Amino acid sequence: MEIIMSILAGVLFMGGTYLVLSKNMIRIIIGTSIISHGAHVLLLTMAGLKTGAPPLLGLDASTYTDPLPQALILTAIVISFGVTSFFLVLGYRTYKVTGTDNTERMRGTDSYD
Amino acid sequence: MFTALHFAIIAPFIAAIFVPILYKLFSRIHTGWFVLTVPTILFLYFLQYLPITANKETVTAVFDWIPSLGIHFTAYIDGLGLLFALLITGIGILVVLYSIYYLSKERESLHTFYTFLLMFMGAMLGVVLSDNLIVLYMFWEITSLSSFLLISYWYEREKSIYGALKSMIITVMGGFSMLVGFVLLYTMTGTFSIQETIAASSDIVSHHLFLPAMLTILLGALTKSAQFPFHIWLPDAMEAPTPVSAYLHSATMVKAGIYLVARLSPVFAISGEWFWLIAGFGITTLFWGSFSAVRQTDLKGILAFSTVSQLGMILSMLGVGAAALHFDSLDLENNVFVGATTAALFHLINHATFKGSLFMMVGIVDHETGTRDIRKLGGLMTIMPITFTIAVIGSFSMAGLPPFNGFLSKEMFFTAMVEITKFQLFNVDTYGVMFPAIAWVASIFTFIYSMVLVFKTFNGKFKPEKLDVKPHEAPFGMLLSPIILVSLVIVFGFFPNILSYTVIEPAMASILPSLLQEGEQFYVDIYFWHDWTPALYMTIGVISVGLFLYLGMKKWVGIYRLFPDNVSFNTLYDQAIVKGERLSEKIISSHMTGFIKDYLLYIFSFITAALVFTLFHKGAFVVETQDLAPISIYEVILAVVLIASVLTVMFTKSRLKAIIGLGVVGYTIALFFVIFRAPDLALTQLIIETVSVALFLLCFYHLPQIAKSLETIRFQLGNFIISLAVGTTITLIGLTANSNRLFESISGFFIENSYNEAGGKNMVNVILVDFRGFDTMLEILVLGIAAFGIFTMIKLRLEGKEQL
Repeated sequence: MEIIMSILAGVLFMGGTYLVLSKNMIRIIIGTSIISHGAHVLLLTMAGLKTGAPPLLGLDASTYTDPLPQALILTAIVISFGVTSFFLVLGYRTYKVTGTDNTERMRGTDSYD
Repeated sequence: MFTALHFAIIAPFIAAIFVPILYKLFSRIHTGWFVLTVPTILFLYFLQYLPITANKETVTAVFDWIPSLGIHFTAYIDGLGLLFALLITGIGILVVLYSIYYLSKERESLHTFYTFLLMFMGAMLGVVLSDNLIVLYMFWEITSLSSFLLISYWYEREKSIYGALKSMIITVMGGFSMLVGFVLLYTMTGTFSIQETIAASSDIVSHHLFLPAMLTILLGALTKSAQFPFHIWLPDAMEAPTPVSAYLHSATMVKAGIYLVARLSPVFAISGEWFWLIAGFGITTLFWGSFSAVRQTDLKGILAFSTVSQLGMILSMLGVGAAALHFDSLDLENNVFVGATTAALFHLINHATFKGSLFMMVGIVDHETGTRDIRKLGGLMTIMPITFTIAVIGSFSMAGLPPFNGFLSKEMFFTAMVEITKFQLFNVDTYGVMFPAIAWVASIFTFIYSMVLVFKTFNGKFKPEKLDVKPHEAPFGMLLSPIILVSLVIVFGFFPNILSYTVIEPAMASILPSLLQEGEQFYVDIYFWHDWTPALYMTIGVISVGLFLYLGMKKWVGIYRLFPDNVSFNTLYDQAIVKGERLSEKIISSHMTGFIKDYLLYIFSFITAALVFTLFHKGAFVVETQDLAPISIYEVILAVVLIASVLTVMFTKSRLKAIIGLGVVGYTIALFFVIFRAPDLALTQLIIETVSVALFLLCFYHLPQIAKSLETIRFQLGNFIISLAVGTTITLIGLTANSNRLFESISGFFIENSYNEAGGKNMVNVILVDFRGFDTMLEILVLGIAAFGIFTMIKLRLEGKEQL
């Protein structure tokens, strides 16, 4: 299972990277969102899967899954949500100001001063 | 320990901090008066070390700075260091005094001037009083930096900027090379301490790094001391205010290279390469400097080339002095080559006195007439009698005429040059005869430009129509410093031996320590009349030929036109700068495209390459198939759905499909969280994903359709390859991390303590709000910042510029 999940993380990263490299703003934002999904899957997989009961002491199990990566991922999910929504509004505002969603056309001028 | 000596070195830096404050507070008093106290106190402070160094004792005070790297701020005073420290502070007093009258307190920004000047003074003291090579290097670069700032003091003039940049580029290049040399020395000796390096010098002579270290260090010294062919920066540095030229570019900073050569003589001087390099560069520079000085029409230009030439002369004497180490017997009294070192140090002091006074004299002429061009000047003798007297004494001393101190050191120089022809080693007996020959010719040119300096300015026809202002004698305050300096020229001329055993002999002991036995000292006796020696005949020859050539100057000055203007080291430098700028612009614009996609491409490629390389280089990549979690049919279905939706998002042309695909990805991952025993994650992910998709749809309403045929196939293919590489890397890392369990998981701690310590049964929640509470708090902060950002971006309008 860990092998499959590693591959899935790789696929998510691949898709995210591909989208981030494109010129269209909304695809870039979707890309960042997919990359963070990939990171979450990777974190969870690296700790080992299904090694015990869910980390709730009330279950009185003999072994529990590692709670630490779950806590980290929880933080990461919320942060990535914040970042995604920030990006979205930034994209919206950029489009309103510049009139384009093509990053190539947002490029600054060549002059250094 | 931090001692008074350390404080003396950094005192100018501390004083520099207060200069702008004093400038603002007491705007009616010239800031120079406050600054004057710093060199005065330091000069008096250093004077008290004279009896100590005269007894061959040294003072060492260590302050640990970065002990793990062997870098200590070690203050070290011996004869050589003290000679320079007295020179720096002594000339410093006179220069600051002079600058008070030279720089107007109404028109000039004095606070920057004195801040830089004090910075320089401290750095220069640091160079000559540090025993640690790295600390010395640091101070060395600060002198370059402050020199740059002072040359560009009148930064609105284009020539000032040009000169400042030139000096900076050349000296810093030399400085870097010197740093390399210091590190090479360190690899040989294992210490950065100069004294310990000297103690280990006999072991490193045959080391294969000995010669590279010597060459790289010498490059630093030669560039700093403006030796041929690196001298080109010094004439352009004359754009600085005259007090700066007198102080940095004649009396002190340019002598840092000479200091370094003298300081490291005990390490390198035993080798033949050292002898030839130092003496050869010195004598070449002596000739080229004096030869070029004659063609200058700017008074400061003459002095600049004259400084180049005189520095070469001092350096050649240091080189010849190294021959003393090869003298057959230990008979110190008959070791004739020692005299060259004596002459070098004596001339170092003399040069500071007469050249300092001449610079100040030129500054006065410039100040009072508004020009430094000798074609416009003339006949000032009766108008400025005191300045004229200063000029005569300074120039005659520079030309080597009796009874001034320059005569004495010039005689000693000739003696050394004649003696060296008898030296038996390093092929000197074959080629050595060129030393006295070049020295003699160069001295003739020295004589000529010294005469030009005085008589073209003060003699001849007065041309008031070419001057913008009506010249008159300078105020007394401005004359005071040069008068003190020319008095010293005369005093050292008549009583040279007040310097012999107080300053010169202790400094010689630092340069040639191996020649002295315990309790011995060098024999230093400088006197006027020493019989009809070859040196005296040479001086007489210089005066007669020089006088003849000076009077007939119009007839032969045309030879300078034989040198084409476009073949010079200056052209070479200018071309190198232009070409270098073009090349760097080409390199930068080739990869700094301004497209965000390109930068991301570099980042992704680099991460992938670095990670994959490390992974395989360390042999870390293994796939363990033991202890894996079992696979169920649900998981396979979810995996297929996930991959399919990622691919949909990647390649769809429709925004709506992409957003729905993204939603499917998120919900699938939530289901995975359920399977992998992470209920909290699943819940959070479900909520967040719903809100995200809603947000995307909201924005979607406002953003345009994805334009078709925006991206070419080639563009997409390139992106796909990069993203495939990134994905593969991540997979490899995931597999490797699973197969290498280097440490026990720390989760046992949370399982045990969640309830006992924090009173919660949901471990994930306990970690978030208790064990890692600060983390969560800062996370809330991040969300808050994002929320503020979003709010302002939606609400804030740039005034009048956009209509939404």
